[in-house]
Amino acid sequence: MSGSLLRVAQVSKHFGGFSALSEVSIEIAQGERFGLIGPNGSGKTTLINCISGSLRNESGSIVFDGHDISGLPAYQRTRLGIARSFQIPRPFSSMSVLENLLVPLEYVVHRRSLHTADTRAEAMQILQSMGLADKAGTASNRLTQVELRKLELARAMAARPRLLISDEAMAGLSSTEVEEVLAILRKLNDSGITIIMIEHIMRAVMSFSQRVICLDAGRIICEGTPESIVKDPEVQKAYLGA
Amino acid sequence: MIFSFQLLFEAIVFGILLGCFYAAVSIGLSLAFGLLDVPHVAHPAVLVLGAYCTYLLGSYGWDPILAGLALMPLFFLFGVAMYRFYYETFEKRGTDAGVRGLAFFFGVAFIIEVGLILAFGVDQRLVEADYIGKSFTFGEMRVPLRMLLAFGIALALAAALTLYLSKTFTGRAIKAVAQDEGALRLMGADPVRIKQWAFGIATGVTALAGALLIIIGPVEPMTDRIYIGRTFCVVVLAGLGSMTGTLAAGLILGISESIVLMHFGASWAPAVAFGLLLVVLGIRPQGLFGR
Amino acid sequence: MRSRVVPFWIGAAATVVLAGILSLGGANEYFYFAGYVVLQFVVLATAWNILGGYAGYVNFGTAAFFGIGAYTSVVLFKSLGAPLLVQMAAAAAVTGLLGFGTGLLTLRLRGIFYSIATVAVIFIAETLMINWRYVGGAAGLQLLRPSPMVPFETYTRMLFFVMAVLAVIAVSIARYIEISWIGRGLRALRDSEEAAECSGVPTLRLKLLACTVSGALMGMAGAPLPMYLSFLEPASSFSLNYSVVALAGAIIGGTANWIGPVLGAILLASMQQIVTVTISSEMNVLVVGVMLVVFVVAAPDGILGLIRKLRRPRAAPGSTS
Repeated sequence: MSGSLLRVAQVSKHFGGFSALSEVSIEIAQGERFGLIGPNGSGKTTLINCISGSLRNESGSIVFDGHDISGLPAYQRTRLGIARSFQIPRPFSSMSVLENLLVPLEYVVHRRSLHTADTRAEAMQILQSMGLADKAGTASNRLTQVELRKLELARAMAARPRLLISDEAMAGLSSTEVEEVLAILRKLNDSGITIIMIEHIMRAVMSFSQRVICLDAGRIICEGTPESIVKDPEVQKAYLGA
Repeated sequence: MIFSFQLLFEAIVFGILLGCFYAAVSIGLSLAFGLLDVPHVAHPAVLVLGAYCTYLLGSYGWDPILAGLALMPLFFLFGVAMYRFYYETFEKRGTDAGVRGLAFFFGVAFIIEVGLILAFGVDQRLVEADYIGKSFTFGEMRVPLRMLLAFGIALALAAALTLYLSKTFTGRAIKAVAQDEGALRLMGADPVRIKQWAFGIATGVTALAGALLIIIGPVEPMTDRIYIGRTFCVVVLAGLGSMTGTLAAGLILGISESIVLMHFGASWAPAVAFGLLLVVLGIRPQGLFGR
Repeated sequence: MRSRVVPFWIGAAATVVLAGILSLGGANEYFYFAGYVVLQFVVLATAWNILGGYAGYVNFGTAAFFGIGAYTSVVLFKSLGAPLLVQMAAAAAVTGLLGFGTGLLTLRLRGIFYSIATVAVIFIAETLMINWRYVGGAAGLQLLRPSPMVPFETYTRMLFFVMAVLAVIAVSIARYIEISWIGRGLRALRDSEEAAECSGVPTLRLKLLACTVSGALMGMAGAPLPMYLSFLEPASSFSLNYSVVALAGAIIGGTANWIGPVLGAILLASMQQIVTVTISSEMNVLVVGVMLVVFVVAAPDGILGLIRKLRRPRAAPGSTS
């Protein structure tokens, strides 16, 4: 088992007077299934944004695969191997489903290749593995919620990441749909991709993760196996209120 | 370039008066763009429209300030209609609205400008009143009465609007909608109606500002172009969403322009606003007091 | 819309040949004057669309880049007697740099700040030229044209041909950007900048590229102006009409495809010539403004969008192209 893939050390982020993250430290090993939970506003998405590069952390460092990425713009972090899906899906709405995948394929994997035939075939393969193959030519602004979530994951996958961050991909889905998405994520992890899952659906997080961290008001309040997290009084207080 | 403290002092005093005026003509934009996020590049055109309407009423014997006040409710309705149209056509549809919204207001500004040319011709227009043409003498300085008047009204306007936004219920609702529309919706208020109202106020205020514009000096249809620079400079320098900042920013612009005018001549003065705007965008885009 | 490689290059070559034949032939001299203007707007609208249509950043300052291109020519002509092609190359360098600079200053901010900055550039450029005596200041400068190059009978015919070639070049560049990975990246950042970044798109670099290319083409369109008029002065060189027609031409024609700005520019520029001659020049500006608003509100995809809707009422947008 290889060493840590991602090391977040003492990362803090403020918005004006509001402290979204306070000295958060996480270490994630290669191939791990990692769960991130916490009530709304606890800083989960902010942490993800700092890791993926959409936001810059004010202090602390983020090291990915031995590289200090704290100062890198988001697109370079993606090229290093970090991919994410968005909580509220952000498809490239002027493009078809297939074309959405061509973007990461052209900008991360095949940089500047003119061989569009190959990238289309590869995109189709990914769509097939996600169950979206029959929607390849559909405009991405015409998909159902679950299809949009799958597209988010498919697009993240197209970047051939080593670390995939799934941000509440299952919110609002039915239990069958949740199982579909879980199955996809398990398959991806089986192929060697490290996965960070942010979710509110407890049974999904607990059944999927090897290790879980709970955030509250920008701080880590508990870390451990799913079983220990569920029983932790701090976690219960954070979710249910004092 | 002649340098003297006397000249500098005069420039600063004139700049303060001018600056308050600039704050008054920009305050509508501060509301429409700074708070409501509407890309209202037609604001200066509406300002000039207000000036011309004042001129029109003036030709029937109306006092310009009274004309300006009388035009306010009319322009309020115009503003409400404009926002409603903008909302239904662009804001609701999202995505591509950015480009189209901007292009829309650009087109409207152009239509207003050309419409004014067709209606009034390209020559400069001015109004006459008792207080235009007279000056007060303070020591060695002569200060035109109309500048003092504009200064006073501008201050009153800015103060009134700031008070309105912070003390009244609707005013605070407007600020709330600027900060968190979702939360406001959850509280049962209709953000669209609030924004509509706010945009109407912004346009109504601009009618009075237009009257001040033509009181201060002659106006021509293309005056709106230089005011794009001045109003956006003030709003950006102030920091989006800050009403009090508008006054400070107006003063800074007024004084800078006045100093350049007195020392380098009139052909350089128009570039001050645009230059200052670029500097602010480059160095501190959130302005002095931005959200 | 599917653009196929072979027919495009044939069409491009045919256009150049046709323009060549026309400029050697014996049409009415007015044809070359008017044709030059129409082709000039084709270049401007096409250049505008590279940043406005593909990337979604609205440039109000086309007049600035155009005017600075014209003044660069004047400076080079007056100081070095530079030939036309050198003037155009220099104009492209200067305005490309200007585009790059404006972008660098404002593209990290929201779109409207870029647009306002472009207005600022117009005014500042115009003020600088008004106060610069070397180029004639506010009154402007008269120029003596050199004799036209060999196959052309008049200078205007030569300029007509040059502008036609420039139009073909501009359209080719726009088309290449549109159908390549660059175009896809621009569309991605226009649809969702954050998602584009997280998909590996270097959004700032692409935006700067679009700004630079767009600005350079606009400058090249302005470069022959002093020779065309034998005269140059600030007020008309930086006229807002250039900004409006470039923007309106692209939007009315349709911003999604390179053909749109071409159609829109030809339509508007021709219409302007007709209206100015028959009614008045203010009226023609008003007509352009009204058409812009009408299209932006009612037909946002422009003429191309209308054509597409008429041909295939149920087609899904963005399907494989």
